[in-house]
Amino acid sequence: MSWMAWTLPTASFFVIIALMLVGMSIWQTVSPGHQRKGFLPISTTRGDRLFIGLLAAAYAHLLALALTGWPLWIVTLVCVAGLIALLKWG
Amino acid sequence: MKPYNNKAWWLVLPVFVLVAFSAIIPMMTVVNYSVQDIFDPSTRYFVGTEWYREILSDPRLHDSLVRQFIYSFCVLAIEIPLGIIVALSMPRRGLGVPVSLILLALPLLVPWNVVGTIWQIIGREDIGLYGSLLNGLGIDYNYASSPRDAWITVLIMDVWHWTSLVALLCYSGLRSIPDVYYQAARIDRASAWAVFRYIQLPKLKNVLLIAVMLRFMDSFMIYTEPFVLTGGGPGTATTFLSQTLTQMALGQFDLGRAAAFSLIYFLIILLVTWVFYTAMTHNDDKG
Repeated sequence: MSWMAWTLPTASFFVIIALMLVGMSIWQTVSPGHQRKGFLPISTTRGDRLFIGLLAAAYAHLLALALTGWPLWIVTLVCVAGLIALLKWG
Repeated sequence: MKPYNNKAWWLVLPVFVLVAFSAIIPMMTVVNYSVQDIFDPSTRYFVGTEWYREILSDPRLHDSLVRQFIYSFCVLAIEIPLGIIVALSMPRRGLGVPVSLILLALPLLVPWNVVGTIWQIIGREDIGLYGSLLNGLGIDYNYASSPRDAWITVLIMDVWHWTSLVALLCYSGLRSIPDVYYQAARIDRASAWAVFRYIQLPKLKNVLLIAVMLRFMDSFMIYTEPFVLTGGGPGTATTFLSQTLTQMALGQFDLGRAAAFSLIYFLIILLVTWVFYTAMTHNDDKG
């Protein structure tokens, strides 16, 4: 695996993404979710909301890097809060 | 409520393994590279988000991105309506059907680099059919020195190569519309426009979704044809994102920056494709 040039931050990132996907799969198996309409303008499933949240988080990090000098951990915290809100009320 | 039977997911496992090896693992490697100054896996230094900051403020890449969006917009604006018109004009029965299908399929069988070479010759002002014809008509045309001519040639080349795909997809969609719809339209004395607007276009929605997404993704990643035809020139007039990326990764061997750039590139394609998909399937959810 050394050819993949792993680093601790990227490994942690992928572990978190994998845990999210496994967690969502277990959640869906234990308590199946359905498409519904929240504050987003479209009706979504849990998976849709996770995808939208992750994509928005990626863009938020890029925007912060391009336009501000903010430390990225602040952006990450805001994105985590946004993702939780999106999954619950989105 | 009856619970879902998730056993069918096992059938997806072989595809998942294939995708893991062909896409997910290489992509994870790209993510790893994007945070490092790397020459090979044993010679590397962690630089965090440095490459992303540099890429996002690089005017060369901003220009490539703008060119790429304009190019993809032009491709969609020309090829989608033209593909629909071609499909509507195709015969529905008789010998004309296989003949037109074969003729339309021919450009799709030509490899990308050959398409570039064909148009490089066709567009030449001295011996090319298109180039010498335009110059013979008194129109000053030279794709090697004029950015406008280079753009027009690259666009015409793409239209020549890929409109067939849109037309074939639309034709298959049109053929799947049951005859009763047309019979009902005839009874109502619907005009040709009304038949198109209220029967054919709604029924084509799914194939158009596929066509728009395929053509967007493909045009947004275009590399070989403009590279062979113009080499990205004159100047940087037809240097699109993938060519800038290749110059960075292979020309300068700047793997870390190129990895960061390709991830931003990927995120742009992912977002635009998702927006297209959501916008075009939005009404299905309402129904």
